[in-house]
Amino acid sequence: MSNFIVDNNGIKRYLVTINVNGIEYTKVVKANTLLVNFLREELDLTGTKKGCELGDCGSCTVLLEGKPVNSCLILAIEADGMKVTTIEGVASTANLDNIQEKFLEYGAIQCGYCSAGMILSAKALLTENPKPTEEEVRAGISGNLCRCTGYINIIKAIMAASGQEVMN
Amino acid sequence: MYLPDFDYYVPASVAEACQLLAENIDCAKVISGGTDLLPKMKHGLLSPQILVSIKKIPGLRKIEYVQGKGVVIGAASTINDIVFSEVVQQKYPSVSNAAHTMAANQVRHSGTVGGNLVSAVPSADMPPILMALNATATIEGPNGQRQLPVEDVFCGPSKCLLEKSEIITEIIIPDQAMTGSTYFKFALRRAGALAVVGVAAAVQVENETIKDARVALGAVAPVPMRAKKTEEFLIGKKISDELLEEAGKIAAAECKPITDFRASEEYRRDLVRIYTKRALCKAIDQGHV
Ligand SMILES: Cc1cc2nc3c(=O)[nH]c(=O)nc-3n(C[C@H](O)[C@H](O)[C@H](O)COP(=O)(O)OP(=O)(O)OC[C@H]3O[C@@H](n4cnc5c(N)ncnc54)[C@H](O)[C@@H]3O)c2cc1C
Ligand code: FES
Ligand code: FES
Repeated sequence: MSNFIVDNNGIKRYLVTINVNGIEYTKVVKANTLLVNFLREELDLTGTKKGCELGDCGSCTVLLEGKPVNSCLILAIEADGMKVTTIEGVASTANLDNIQEKFLEYGAIQCGYCSAGMILSAKALLTENPKPTEEEVRAGISGNLCRCTGYINIIKAIMAASGQEVMN
Repeated sequence: MYLPDFDYYVPASVAEACQLLAENIDCAKVISGGTDLLPKMKHGLLSPQILVSIKKIPGLRKIEYVQGKGVVIGAASTINDIVFSEVVQQKYPSVSNAAHTMAANQVRHSGTVGGNLVSAVPSADMPPILMALNATATIEGPNGQRQLPVEDVFCGPSKCLLEKSEIITEIIIPDQAMTGSTYFKFALRRAGALAVVGVAAAVQVENETIKDARVALGAVAPVPMRAKKTEEFLIGKKISDELLEEAGKIAAAECKPITDFRASEEYRRDLVRIYTKRALCKAIDQGHV
């Protein structure tokens, strides 16, 4: 972070290296660049969505060092030297991740705006707790708002992704 | 929503951070998790020209038990660090549970306990339980270090008694004679909602009698407040249903809530009455939960 240049307007531009979905990106950013805008505008990773931009809705959820955070409240410069996973990095091969498959199968996606954040929260939950109870699933996605599905199908999809019986 | 321009510093030590703040006294601010500061900057309520990040200062994010001192929580520990800390879970599950009532997972992974105190929001979730357990904050500035009880950190909504060049470095929960403590939060949803009322109670019970008690209330005064009349009333008395009922009434009378879009004054007082009773009951019966 000691590396920066000062532009003609006296604004500092900092050199950062952020590992996004396994690739190290070295870029020049202003201090006020939000991680969500860095991902969307600098890296063209537009899967990460912006809703409230105030930390309330979770559409901008990404994993920072494996933990779900709202990328609208993180500065890109704060992620310098860290690992970020976005929705584009969830599927490891040409195939979708199991959670994504289950979201499709259970109709857990309608407009899809919440889905990227929802799936990353689910991913983080199942990584830490491979067999969550329904209550734990509800808690795990409580920072992600969905205006369409009514959550039930999302909860079913996550339970199914954990290989558990899904209640009706 | 975009942020105004600012310079960003990552000092390597607390001393360096305090020096940066002192040199730029009117235009620099600490950023820890940023979950309180960045929304305010997006709304144009604050526009510091310099942000001094303290999250990567070595030692500021650890939680440990120190013999003779107590449970020491580094100020840059995230709220989820507290939720999952084995030390906290073992010594004071009440503190870990209080931390879990805050916001939602994403915000708990970013937001820190130092930020929760210094933002000085009346409804903040960490102050009541920390106050009930008589916690102190270690504050460092260019002129050295001082200790302040957590309850004396706040002096008004969004205002605290820190100099602009000072940083909270740790919160200490001292060893307790208290036998139980707990925090009750009433909010309109189970996640992502601020407290309409928060009540923390800590009690020392001996022979069915309350030997000592501390009750702290959130969201019912300009700052998180101790319910001192309630405490005085309880101390030395034999535990009974009527006693706890009366304690709830005294707490409801001594708090100073306002009416806002979340709840009316009247409703808040009634919540304080009920939650004080329930919190005392739980702390008496179940220990630090
Ligand atoms: C969607 C959402 C929901 C929320 N829900 C809750 C909730 O339910 N309960 C609750 O209590 N809070 C809630 N908050 C508020 C906030 O997340 C917490 O108060 C959090 O703990 C703030 O910590 P931070 O590290 O992010 O603070 P920052 O934003 O980094 O800092 C806040 C203020 O404190 C100062 N500061 C930070 N650390 C220090 C330090 N160590 N020394 C000196 N000054 C310092 C900063 O300069 C700034 O003025 C919520 C916020 C959001 C966005
Ligand atoms: S856009 Fe980040 S939480 Fe809503
Ligand atoms: S599917 Fe539309 S917001 Fe969730």
